[in-house]
Amino acid sequence: MIKLSAFFAGLIFGFGLLLAGMANPAKVLAFLDVAGAWDPSLALVMGGAIAVAAIPLNWARKNKQSLLGAPMQLPMKRELDARLIGGSLVFGIGWGIAGICPGPAVAILLTGHGKIIIFVLAMLAGMYLFSLLERRRTA
Amino acid sequence: MSIDWINFTPWTSVGGGALIGLAASLFVLANGRIAGISGLIGSVMQFGSEGWSEKALFLLGLVIAPLLWGAFTLLPEIEIKAEWPALIIAGLLVGVGTRYGSGCTSGHGVCGISRLSARSITATMCFMFAGFATVYAIRHVVGA
Repeated sequence: MIKLSAFFAGLIFGFGLLLAGMANPAKVLAFLDVAGAWDPSLALVMGGAIAVAAIPLNWARKNKQSLLGAPMQLPMKRELDARLIGGSLVFGIGWGIAGICPGPAVAILLTGHGKIIIFVLAMLAGMYLFSLLERRRTA
Repeated sequence: MSIDWINFTPWTSVGGGALIGLAASLFVLANGRIAGISGLIGSVMQFGSEGWSEKALFLLGLVIAPLLWGAFTLLPEIEIKAEWPALIIAGLLVGVGTRYGSGCTSGHGVCGISRLSARSITATMCFMFAGFATVYAIRHVVGA
């Protein structure tokens, strides 16, 4: 059951990105281009998602187990540190260059666009670099 | 600021957003996990880590979504304007940045804001600001 729900959650997430138009990097860039012909769609995507997810996620905060009995694993960190802010700024720069963030990158991986393969390989390399640096830091 | 009314898609974007919210709700209610894509990828890269198969199955569903969609109807337009040197730089920055920042548009922007996490609200403001500034610099300062 827990594996099935994980698969369906991913599938529905992908359908949502496609329907919302967020699988199209050009549309995401049109949102980020506030000084050009601005397409506010992405704000409505986030608004729609948050409106639906707010009650379930707040229920999750108050419970130790999921409905299927899995342990509730929510982030525990509280501090607003340099890693959070610096990392998010770096992510935003990369997002602004190509209009692609991790969700859409995975969702359009097999749609036959060669360019997305290049992006995903570079993204995986970046994540691998992070894990190498983390291992050195904690070693 | 001028709104691009021709390309603005309020209804499908709210509807698609609601589906994303539904997926995030299902994942947390059933699996007890946050649907943050960068975190899921980071975990799946470490074989045999905690919850590996669940996380891999979520990503499998996400990868398969357009194939299933395309079997029934036409896929929406997907246009990647950036050329490969820019894609490599962008990919590296997104990879490193999301891992240091502990999340991306889904984990912080949707799930984190939904549970009113101060870290996620801060992170979302940071990557939105950096995204706006980067596109402004590329399109209106450099003029590419």
